[in-house]
Amino acid sequence: MSAICLYFQVHQPYRIKKYRVFDIGNDHNYFDSPDGSRLSNKDVLQKVARKSYLPTNQVILELLKKHPEFKVAYSLSGVVMEQLEEYAPDALASFQELVATGRVELLSETYYHSLSYIFSKDEFKAQVKLHSQMIKRLFKKIPKVFRNTELIYKNELGQDLEAMGYEGILAEGADHVLEWRSPNFIYKPMGTQNIGLMLKNYRLSDDIAFRFSNPGWTEFPLTAPKFARWVSAFNGSGDIINLFMDYETFGEHQWEDTGIFEFLRHLPQELLRHRDNYFVTPSQALKKLPKVAELNFPNFVSWADVERDISAWLGNSMQDDAAAKLYALESAVLKSRDQKLISDWRRLTTSDHFYYMCTKWFSDGDVHKYFNPYDSPYEAFIAYANVLQDVKLRLEKLHKTK
Amino acid sequence: MFGWELPPCNSGGLGTACYGLSQALANQNVDITFVLPQRVNVKADFMRLVFADIQGFNWPDFSPYASFKYLPKNFPPEMARDLFSAVNLYAKRAADIAKKYNYDIIHSHDWLCFPAGIVAQQVSSKPLVTHVHATEFDRGGGQGINPMVYAVEKMGMDKSEAIMPVSNFTKNIILKHYQIDSAKINVVHNGINPEEYVNQIDESNPLDALKKAGYKIVLFLGRLTMQKGPDYFLKAAARSLEYYPKTVFLVVGSGDMENQMINLAVQLGISDKVLFAGFLRGQMLNQAFRAADLFVMPSVSEPFGMTALESVATGTPAIISKQSGVSETLGHVLKADFWDVDEMTNQIVSVLNYPSLHKSLKENGKEESKNVSWQAAASKTINVYKKVLGRKKK
Repeated sequence: MSAICLYFQVHQPYRIKKYRVFDIGNDHNYFDSPDGSRLSNKDVLQKVARKSYLPTNQVILELLKKHPEFKVAYSLSGVVMEQLEEYAPDALASFQELVATGRVELLSETYYHSLSYIFSKDEFKAQVKLHSQMIKRLFKKIPKVFRNTELIYKNELGQDLEAMGYEGILAEGADHVLEWRSPNFIYKPMGTQNIGLMLKNYRLSDDIAFRFSNPGWTEFPLTAPKFARWVSAFNGSGDIINLFMDYETFGEHQWEDTGIFEFLRHLPQELLRHRDNYFVTPSQALKKLPKVAELNFPNFVSWADVERDISAWLGNSMQDDAAAKLYALESAVLKSRDQKLISDWRRLTTSDHFYYMCTKWFSDGDVHKYFNPYDSPYEAFIAYANVLQDVKLRLEKLHKTK
Repeated sequence: MFGWELPPCNSGGLGTACYGLSQALANQNVDITFVLPQRVNVKADFMRLVFADIQGFNWPDFSPYASFKYLPKNFPPEMARDLFSAVNLYAKRAADIAKKYNYDIIHSHDWLCFPAGIVAQQVSSKPLVTHVHATEFDRGGGQGINPMVYAVEKMGMDKSEAIMPVSNFTKNIILKHYQIDSAKINVVHNGINPEEYVNQIDESNPLDALKKAGYKIVLFLGRLTMQKGPDYFLKAAARSLEYYPKTVFLVVGSGDMENQMINLAVQLGISDKVLFAGFLRGQMLNQAFRAADLFVMPSVSEPFGMTALESVATGTPAIISKQSGVSETLGHVLKADFWDVDEMTNQIVSVLNYPSLHKSLKENGKEESKNVSWQAAASKTINVYKKVLGRKKK
């Protein structure tokens, strides 16, 4: 018997506008790029809602109606929920409709889709709490399984989450950690008792997320029956196949004309054709399946790039500088009790800002460039660093008036 | 190969580019006979040097950048006759030279050498390829063109089997203004020799005193002429000084706008923060690059922009105009429209303010510049030669 667990990540950051040296001290609205700009959060959100969230939710809803056995999990970042409420309430309503079926599980994460676990556990916990409150308000649910930003994970996070009362955590099934082991089982984070660790089957997940429309791929074109065959081949040698990917895969990364929606529409019936296959949500999987062994993740692992580490967000001198300056302001910002200032600062913790500053593959013009709304990592850094200067000035001003 | 100048007897990028490309071609076993209009003391043992020995060749009035000077509204028209007569004399001599030497292909650099190339083509029936380092539309800096120069440029391009502009930027100008079949055009970006930029250390640098006093140095390097946008540099300097006062703006180069630039610095109230160093070459030039914290190239129209590449290879981050060919080859630099003084100011102040930005640009830029090499340019040039010769045989 092989369980299939689908989890989709839904996230959009608040991109910083082109914020220049002249704006420091004068303009405290960092995220309000004008309509029509590549940095307009409203434009991007509405486009993604139209091309991806709404049509994909429609397909998922049909599938839930058609197959009583079908189940799926989502993680929506707090900042995407906030933007959905403001810019695309119809898309938010369609997510609510899905969750109301009772067969859609929502996962827990940091509200700001941040790297806060790496820099400040206090801030991390605060953001997780904010996220849970938002989920409760919008969906009337309390998430029990956690996924950290970009599946960033190591042992200590598993231990901390167990202490916070979570039942499970998701991570990347990275080869350099697994070695000879298979990602297709539930594991236990090192140093924990009860919490379960679910690992992404990155080959099968990335076949859909990255390779689906690549005509140079030997398996192109990928069809639902073919994919279902690959999944079913694991029967007998694994308990669970975890297919984790960005929700924007459907309609945004893979455009509609690639046939991605038809693929999704036919996938459950093809998977269910093999009678040993069945769908689970993460909570169900953790209840039902045994933890086969303890796994040791001594260093941070993520789902990004070939390195599967955190070098997409941290490591170059701009990224490290920006992160250090950001978290140096943490206690002063939080102490200020200025809600706007706190929320602005927290929006700056979103991992995407650091991703935009990545220079690793910049000249090669690959995926980083595709996902970067700035002309270069340097422009991204300049806007960010200028904003931090303004945040600092606001703090100084508050200090003086007190 | 017909050229107009070679270093050290050159007035700018044309000579440097001809030298770098020839050297790399020779390295890849191309046998070059390089013709120059007058006898000069040039060391280039990797190729055969031939001098056309034109009498009365008056340097530097015959610099390749002189054409702008001969706009009738600024300069007496009789001077134009002199530059043109030099070009024509060069072409006449080219007939004898073309008969005397053995070669498979004729390669002519810029309009000054196009007539010589055309004559050689007629005498020898060998294919002509033209190399476009700049067009009249760049030199004019948007201020109009000299129609006689344009006519020579167009004739050279029309008569050549292949045209090699130094960038897509220049290719687009050729397509727009010269009505040339784009199939004939092969972009060959300029380059550097990366090995020349390894382990460059100054024991002492005349600019050390400024740096010790805590000043940042922002460098402009180029002819002081409309095309290079020195006025935009000074306007950005004035704005930047409001946000980063401890900066010196170093202007290296000479040209027809020199007095105008000095006056502008005074008008902007920044004459105490602008240093006019004049025209520099060799060691002094390298020292300027190395001392600078940042190089700015605000060119209005720049077919390539060797100085930006040299700067980045030296390890000095660069802000370059989007209206330049070099911006097609470099990603790890900052880019701005030449007229966007605000954006340039934002970038200047950011590089000065944020050491991590400076460091990233420096390290990644230096690494990237290694790929923009003369060897790569030579390989592309050889492919063009092969294409032209292959067509000839059929």
